Amino acid sequence: MSNSIELAGVTHRFAATTAAALENVSAAIPAGCITGLVGPDGAGKTTLMRLMAGLLRPSAGTLTVGGVNPVAAGDELRAMLGYMPQKFGLYEDLTVQENLDLYADLRGVLGAQRTASFTRLLSFTDLAAFTERPAGKLSGGMKQKLGLACVLLGRPKILLLDEPSVGVDPISRRELWRMVTALTADGLSVVWSTSYLDEAERCSHILLMNAGRLAYAGPPGALAARMAGRSLQVAAITGNRRAVLVRALHAREVMDGVIQGSRVRIVLREAGVAPALAPLEAGPDARLEVVAPRLEDAFIDILGGGPGGDSALAEVMPRVTVDPAIARTVIHADSLTKRFGTFTAADHVTFEVPQGEIFGLLGPNGAGKSTTFKMLCGLLVPTAGAASVMGIDLRRHAARARQRLGYMSQKFSLYGNLTVSQNLNFFAGIYGLDGATRAAKIREMVDTFALGPYVEVTPDALSLGFKQRLALACALMHDPAVLFLDEPTSGVDPVTRREFWAHINGVVQKGVTVMVTTHFMDEAEYCDRIGLVYRGQLIAVGAPDELKRDAASAEVPDPSMEEAFIALVERHDTEAPAVAA
Amino acid sequence: MFKRLLTLITKELQLAFRDPQSRKLLILPVILQLVLFPFAATLEVKNATLAILDQDHGAESNELVQRLAAARAFPTPMLVTSQAELEQVVDEQRALLALEIPSDFSRALAAGRGAQLLAIVDGRRSNSAQIALGYAQAIIQGYSDERSAAAGRPAPSRVVVRNWFNANLDYRWFMLPVLVAIITTLGSLIVTALSIAREREQGTFDQLLVSPLTPGLIMLGKTIPAILIAFGQATLIALAAVFLYRVPFQGSVALLYFSMFFYALALAGFGLFISSLCETQQQAFLGVFTFMVPAITLSGFISPVENMPLFFQGLSWIDPLSHFVLIVKGIFLKGFGISQVWPNLWPLLLISLLTISTAYWMFRRRIA
Repeated sequence: MSNSIELAGVTHRFAATTAAALENVSAAIPAGCITGLVGPDGAGKTTLMRLMAGLLRPSAGTLTVGGVNPVAAGDELRAMLGYMPQKFGLYEDLTVQENLDLYADLRGVLGAQRTASFTRLLSFTDLAAFTERPAGKLSGGMKQKLGLACVLLGRPKILLLDEPSVGVDPISRRELWRMVTALTADGLSVVWSTSYLDEAERCSHILLMNAGRLAYAGPPGALAARMAGRSLQVAAITGNRRAVLVRALHAREVMDGVIQGSRVRIVLREAGVAPALAPLEAGPDARLEVVAPRLEDAFIDILGGGPGGDSALAEVMPRVTVDPAIARTVIHADSLTKRFGTFTAADHVTFEVPQGEIFGLLGPNGAGKSTTFKMLCGLLVPTAGAASVMGIDLRRHAARARQRLGYMSQKFSLYGNLTVSQNLNFFAGIYGLDGATRAAKIREMVDTFALGPYVEVTPDALSLGFKQRLALACALMHDPAVLFLDEPTSGVDPVTRREFWAHINGVVQKGVTVMVTTHFMDEAEYCDRIGLVYRGQLIAVGAPDELKRDAASAEVPDPSMEEAFIALVERHDTEAPAVAA
Repeated sequence: MFKRLLTLITKELQLAFRDPQSRKLLILPVILQLVLFPFAATLEVKNATLAILDQDHGAESNELVQRLAAARAFPTPMLVTSQAELEQVVDEQRALLALEIPSDFSRALAAGRGAQLLAIVDGRRSNSAQIALGYAQAIIQGYSDERSAAAGRPAPSRVVVRNWFNANLDYRWFMLPVLVAIITTLGSLIVTALSIAREREQGTFDQLLVSPLTPGLIMLGKTIPAILIAFGQATLIALAAVFLYRVPFQGSVALLYFSMFFYALALAGFGLFISSLCETQQQAFLGVFTFMVPAITLSGFISPVENMPLFFQGLSWIDPLSHFVLIVKGIFLKGFGISQVWPNLWPLLLISLLTISTAYWMFRRRIA
């Protein structure tokens, strides 16, 4: 059998009236390798997974998993299938061993086979030292490994992993990847769903999904190869690279572009037809270099190109003026420390962000980046140290400082039951805009973000892209000088993400200072400088290229952002091994 | 500042009435309680079963049995024929109350001696059985008085009962004012405790905290809508009580709302306090119930506060419901004025001051 799963015209609708979650998907998933099920949130990945696991019945079409119909032959399927949903059912109050015992009981793994399985899986997942720890106290990566161990107890032939790398730091993610790769060597077929395109590049086969439809099926290399010669970098830019990006995106030859550290990456509409360098005003030494295409370039190509670099928002935002005395320290973290009981979540974190810079806090979940971030925007009061924004101490003059800052979180914290216009009115109101000023500002935001047709609709009914626009509008209504973004574009499709960053780049040009937390390496590339947070400490600060250069070694001379991250964390661990858990 | 507060209040009311789920949560209990409570939760004994063992079968005992059988409280009296049968019907809870008429009943009465009756009361259902016994005793007393009058003997001294404020002891008169108090509780707690928990879950609470709003203003933005919604719910019940159930309203409307304001304020304090301990709506729900159940039990609505051990009487004093129940009943049925309401009003003022300031302190501490 060469295919482990076959899909023929699979369509799924949750209700007759709504749009299909999956529309006519036909593909084959080869056996004995990792197949990536790739796409942004809402693309239909989880629905497809659940169909494969026999938990849903397709509205139309057929699928066979391991040669059987997953719904009709449920018992047969369960004997050979392992399914790890996004929130795997670990009992957080039970220890690692108790969780394993429970799943072994459920799977009927008994006697000598049970002991052997435990030994094998504990050593495989490196969890042998933690058997007595409650599952709730494990890190994100360890939880996923334990979940995987529980699934593997049943000795499946087909493994479905739904976004196993969400909430997992790069180091654990690499280990998880290594573990699953080892499993395929034993003949296991794996379906790994992800919204990270860099992760998809490592799969031997991918199904690329967008809005419920299959955009591509096949090896990722072949998809990227279509883009050969179309991916370029503008290197050695002097001057403002964000402005260079906007000018590049104006060129007719350019389909898409992003900031990549100190460089600008562009994708051409046609191989070999590059834009003229002079109109980009990238400086006298600037040059174009052809680089290896990425999967994301191909995805954007399938989606019909990028959204362009112009930001209507930037055109209406007033220029932010800052007292020159504080222009170097618009955001200032001074020995910020936060302790929760005996646990130190942030330990003497110190940095400064000058006006007009995008500063990113990068780090694994639980490392303290959120804690640091929250202290800087006034959501947490530090145990020691001080935080100030625009020179205003957040503890002493909280209300005054908050009037100058805007905040947008990953969850797009909007009132889902209020209409778009009620949301806009509310956020304008709490920032003290009223009367004609409020009406004018709301009209401006509605026009800028093309929200006109949706003012009477609730945000819950909006697409992700429009929700993001509304959240941004609400956060910027009071013309803040500083913008705090908490993982703003994780799980968002690349076109929507580019549109978002075009706006951010635009407001930065107007003098707004931006602070962003992320665990998303692509997002980190947009930052002027990055602070690497690990175990409560700021272990490195610098421009993305500086960090990469710093992390370069003989084995990895030109590390990616993720490789740089791993190298810097490992270096920190060897230099300061005392705090190891 | 006032305009920002107005923004918060508008948002809260829009949220409460736009979301079908929270709309139901606010309106459904009002309707349900209004329909259910006055009928289902009556303390009146109307359909009690009475068993009678008549071992006498004389004219007098027949007369008494007839009278008992005619009472509205005992629509279907059971006539049993033996001691064993009598025990059985009480055992099996087929009869709430059993009367045994001894064989010398008629003879004793004819001889002008006093006769004795044995009443067996099912102690497992003590409340209703006691009430049923009361009815039976009244009937027997009536019979005895008539006999004395007929014989020309003066009736022994007796107690004449007049039910003030509720002349016919209509339990709905007692129930509906209490319902005004209980429903108000639900409204205030839902808007404060649950809505904050929901905002925490959705992340909008963080959005409020990063805005220039002060913690005090955010709290006020929850408290005022809670009071407004409690007023709305209470008005519905009060109107239904007066116009639908014909409960008399003797007191002043202004005084009712004035007292209700402090009651709702005290509750909002409890609600905010609960919300400061809760992360999710589920926890908040449990918190609200953990508060509601003892609050109702201790309020004196189910059993009189005076019957409770001293410690619980103390607890009952902190329970805002216990004060407000007295106030509502007083205003509705007795036409209380401010001087009569005051002994229960000042504790409410004190409790609201205490709960609101504790909630404020917790609120600030949590953000810190």
